[in-house]
Amino acid sequence: MGTMLKIDNINVYYGAIHAIKGISLEVGEGEIVTLIGANGAGKSTTLRTISGLLKPKSGTITFEGKEIAGLAAQDIVKAGISQVPEGRRIFANMTVMENLDLGAFIRKDKEGVQKDLKNVFERFPRLEERKNQEAGTLSGGEQQMLAMGRALMSRPRLLLLDEPSMGLAPLLIREIFSIIADINKTGTTVLLVEQNANMALSIASRAYVLETGRITLSGDAEKLAASEDVRKAYLGG
Amino acid sequence: MDFMQQLVQQLINGISLGSIYALIALGYTMIYGIIKLINFAHGDIYMVGAYIGYFSITMAHLSIVPSLIISMVVTGLLGMLIERLAYKPLRHAPRISVLITAIGVSFFLEYTSMYFVSPTPRTFPAVFDNIAYHFGPFIINGQQMLIFGITFILMVALTYIVQRTKIGKAMRAVSFDTETAQLMGIDANRIISITFGIGSALAAAGGVLVGVYYNSIDPLMGIMPGLKAFVAAVLGGIGILPGAMVGGLILGVIEALVSGFVSSTFRDAAAFAILILVLLFKPSGIFGKNTREKV
Repeated sequence: MGTMLKIDNINVYYGAIHAIKGISLEVGEGEIVTLIGANGAGKSTTLRTISGLLKPKSGTITFEGKEIAGLAAQDIVKAGISQVPEGRRIFANMTVMENLDLGAFIRKDKEGVQKDLKNVFERFPRLEERKNQEAGTLSGGEQQMLAMGRALMSRPRLLLLDEPSMGLAPLLIREIFSIIADINKTGTTVLLVEQNANMALSIASRAYVLETGRITLSGDAEKLAASEDVRKAYLGG
Repeated sequence: MDFMQQLVQQLINGISLGSIYALIALGYTMIYGIIKLINFAHGDIYMVGAYIGYFSITMAHLSIVPSLIISMVVTGLLGMLIERLAYKPLRHAPRISVLITAIGVSFFLEYTSMYFVSPTPRTFPAVFDNIAYHFGPFIINGQQMLIFGITFILMVALTYIVQRTKIGKAMRAVSFDTETAQLMGIDANRIISITFGIGSALAAAGGVLVGVYYNSIDPLMGIMPGLKAFVAAVLGGIGILPGAMVGGLILGVIEALVSGFVSSTFRDAAAFAILILVLLFKPSGIFGKNTREKV
């Protein structure tokens, strides 16, 4: 199993604020890796940097052997990385179908897009029922599904998910996580950022713990879930 | 009957003038929609469009339609160039800096044009013999028919581009949420550039049509229509395309009615009174709605 994404000692600043202080991490092909930590630890910043919305001041990000740090966001999508951003960020004034079309913006293979659309509708039947509806009228859970379906439409090899459980009822969170596990089984590598550490550790193979811009712990997800430190800090005892 | 006849005649005049406002307002609203900039140089872009049309007709001896197309293309490219040089470097600057830059660009266009084409107004050549179409007691002249026809075609084309094409979807996405649009693989800078191009081309069409309609163009001709088109865009709901179309037409009709039935001296006052009323009672405009957000 080869390394798909390798982040080596990146530093990221928001103006004068040093948000990411020398993070290194790896995601292997076919894995689900999770990045857990408290609010403001730098989890979203890390994902935003991978996607090219922020540029690291130093350090390297390698995807499938190519350096991608500093590339424009659209070129990173073309390289095969897609993100489901925090808060879903669907295009609320457009229809569900238009949102999915935008997900496939970079693609030229019409037949492949049709096939992926069919897959997305199979995975999220509610999106098909509501395909001509304005996306802003969907419920929170449906919006999360749309954001995920939209990200899958670019046929990414690496899917970045930022807080997919945010604001959802526990039953829905379970459903979303089992879908993430299933997306991974069908061949998409996943890097998952979560505050809900319990759920994240339950589907991930490996995990990194982020605290104020630094990685403080990392390792096997099961072992981290069992570790005393992690239990106290993130799993509510 | 006399009153009715005058009313309908003023409506025809108002729709002609309003179509031109609408063409300019569309550019205002598209540019505002995508980078939240009130592009105060937009009226001057319209002036440049009028001059390019003028020179195509007088110096290159082209007829009206090719001149219109050349003016739209060249002015569109000029709009893209202005965006690239003046606004793009300020993408992450405070909005007030960009606004002041837009005012600077406006003066630059006005006075550079004066240098090259002289401040003297020029007579736009007559592209039609004086044809007038009589519909019962009403008269629509050739210029008005041209304005209706061209405006209608351009609005249909724009609506098609924005609603149906991939570029149009990308424009709407960037305008709604630039960052997320980038996560879709959309090159936001390219889309912003295209938006300036389309907006400027529409203003150029307005400029050429106004030359045909009023027969006179000068380097400061863009100031008043630029402001009026801004009023039209706000009236319809800034950032909303159908709003700019309807806002332009309403403004034109109100101005024509005020000129016809009250006094043409009050025409401009009426336009800006509308701006004040809209800002007081419905700042989001006719088509504006409050955005809802779901958690």
